[in-house]
Amino acid sequence: MKIHEYQAKQILAKYGVTIPRGKVAFTVDEAVSASEELGTEICVVKAQIHAGGRGKGGGVKVSKGLEAVRTNAEQIIGMQLVTHQTGPKGQQVERVLVEEGIDIKKELYVSLLVDRGFQQVVMLASTEGGMDIEQVAANTPEKILKVAIDPTIGMRPYQATELAYGLEIDKINPKLIRPAAALFQGLYEAFVNEDCSLVEINPLVLTGDGRVIALDSKITIDDNALFRHKDTLALRDLDEEDPSETEASDNDLNYIRLDGSIGCMVNGAGLAMGTMDIIKACGGEPANFLDVGGGSTQERVELAFRLISSDPHVKCILINIFGGIVRCDMVAAGVVAAIKNVDLKVPVVVRLEGTNAAEAHQIVNDSGLGSRLRMADGLRDAAEKAVAAVA
Amino acid sequence: MTVLVNSETRVLVQGITGSQGQLHTRGCKDYGTNIVSGVTPGKGGQDFEGVPIFNTVKQAVEATGANATMIFVPPPFAADAIIEAAAVKIPLIVAITEGVPVQDMVRAINYVKRQGVRLIGPNCPGVITPGECKIGIMPGSIHQPGKIGVVSRSGTLTYEAVGQLSGVGLGQSTCIGIGGDPVNGTNFIDCLRMFQDDPGTEAIVMIGEIGGDAEEKAAAFVKDYVTKPIVSFIAGQTAPPGRRMGHAGAIISGGKGTAAEKMAALQDAGIHVVPTPADIGEKMVEVLKK
Repeated sequence: MKIHEYQAKQILAKYGVTIPRGKVAFTVDEAVSASEELGTEICVVKAQIHAGGRGKGGGVKVSKGLEAVRTNAEQIIGMQLVTHQTGPKGQQVERVLVEEGIDIKKELYVSLLVDRGFQQVVMLASTEGGMDIEQVAANTPEKILKVAIDPTIGMRPYQATELAYGLEIDKINPKLIRPAAALFQGLYEAFVNEDCSLVEINPLVLTGDGRVIALDSKITIDDNALFRHKDTLALRDLDEEDPSETEASDNDLNYIRLDGSIGCMVNGAGLAMGTMDIIKACGGEPANFLDVGGGSTQERVELAFRLISSDPHVKCILINIFGGIVRCDMVAAGVVAAIKNVDLKVPVVVRLEGTNAAEAHQIVNDSGLGSRLRMADGLRDAAEKAVAAVA
Repeated sequence: MTVLVNSETRVLVQGITGSQGQLHTRGCKDYGTNIVSGVTPGKGGQDFEGVPIFNTVKQAVEATGANATMIFVPPPFAADAIIEAAAVKIPLIVAITEGVPVQDMVRAINYVKRQGVRLIGPNCPGVITPGECKIGIMPGSIHQPGKIGVVSRSGTLTYEAVGQLSGVGLGQSTCIGIGGDPVNGTNFIDCLRMFQDDPGTEAIVMIGEIGGDAEEKAAAFVKDYVTKPIVSFIAGQTAPPGRRMGHAGAIISGGKGTAAEKMAALQDAGIHVVPTPADIGEKMVEVLKK
């Protein structure tokens, strides 16, 4: 689960990470009074959406004086902010963070994530702060420092100090080695205690007045660990989610909307991806990823039908259930009932693998749904029938 | 010959009285797996359909000589169940549970490695040696004893592959689901090494998916070590970047972990990569004819 920058900063502050003074605002007036409270000549108004690349999209404005804050807040609040991560539609800005301006001397990069190869938490850092770190990794990988952290002993002070020297912080200001190292350890504490899957500070800045500050912050929480972080769960922002994806996840369905015309309903994530792939290979385009999970009950099938058919681009739905243990006749009966209940307008191709396949064929034949429900033999046949249905 | 499990394997079930534990204990027993004991704290002394239940793993192992365990414990407690099994050095730990917090797994795997035991999963369908031993949730009926080793990050996609193999008359030596999580106990390389070293395995099916670089690392290993033919499919060629495709580990991030990259690396290692999951069985027949 992603959270907003200001929320991430509030969490990090609890772990001793220095952040700029600032306040979140939902209206222009709130933004202006937040700026007044700060009392600094220069303020920064920052759009709070989950996607990155806000600055380039016009969502971050340095403002000199209250009038500038007002003008900029007016522009940003309510705007449809388009960045390289939002897609062409962009994301509507509902809130801004108003922060004190900072005298930046040097920009650095630091992040934490769980490294699959090391099977440990790894801290990444670079002197190339403020840049797109993926570009840095691609072009100058030697500029990225990596520290793997043993989970039994945590991040050791020497590792943090070593990293601070590795970033040549002493060349900017030797007095900043110690606060930088402390900040790194604070970030690791936060990462572990809050069950993060990503903490990214880009940039981390060294200031002219001798401070080390997390100027920007991005935190993603491990969804699997949310059960023990009820406070964090309250930070979920539904405005950032596709409503049908939210409905799906609230019902333990994994649904991701795509651009094609063939809706997919599959049990298992791998097979769901594989089904999308074979649709494409047969000349079609999948409209979604949907994993209905193990229990393909009539209720779940109905919900899945409603989600898939709420997408106006869907011209056919392909159901691919490889149960093995599940009884095909039961799934077929559920599908027939669901099609009738949901009053589905588009044809359905169904492929069922498991026990009682012959009975399932009989149920489909007797359903009276005619060409609205077609039975397929095997995966390729199913994909070909679905692609033919939308051609 | 087979890898990991056979008719001698004595299986303990952790979380035997939960709904999933009950369902799949029954399924494994019906398949012929030697289920020797179960653990549910507080229910020690009772039995589940004739299988004795113990309060702790230590008691269960001491009393019944279990040398493998199958874990259905819910996500908040799953890592502890893995650690409890590793503490008494059960040589094979199969964690079926989906949804374990990733940092719990970081800590658990660190401990499992120190104990020198093997963990499969979490978030996996388990392991099966057809006709001998099934530890997991896969449908036993689609499998046949034979000489193809199968290793996969996905559950139902493995069933799809196995169904095709059995359909064309190719049985399986052992099928291993390594799971869809980013941090797991056993990786492709571990399994490829076991299959290469197993005289009962003639060829290998390897099913990967987007996210991470386990397939690329496996490809490099295959170049050095594996001489047996491999047929491979990578799921997620049509997956959009930045989205988690159901499995916690299935995500293209920062332009890395795409199916195209993985397929190229596998092909470069001489692996027969098929474009769709429907081609796995036929491709294996063709490869074995050569």
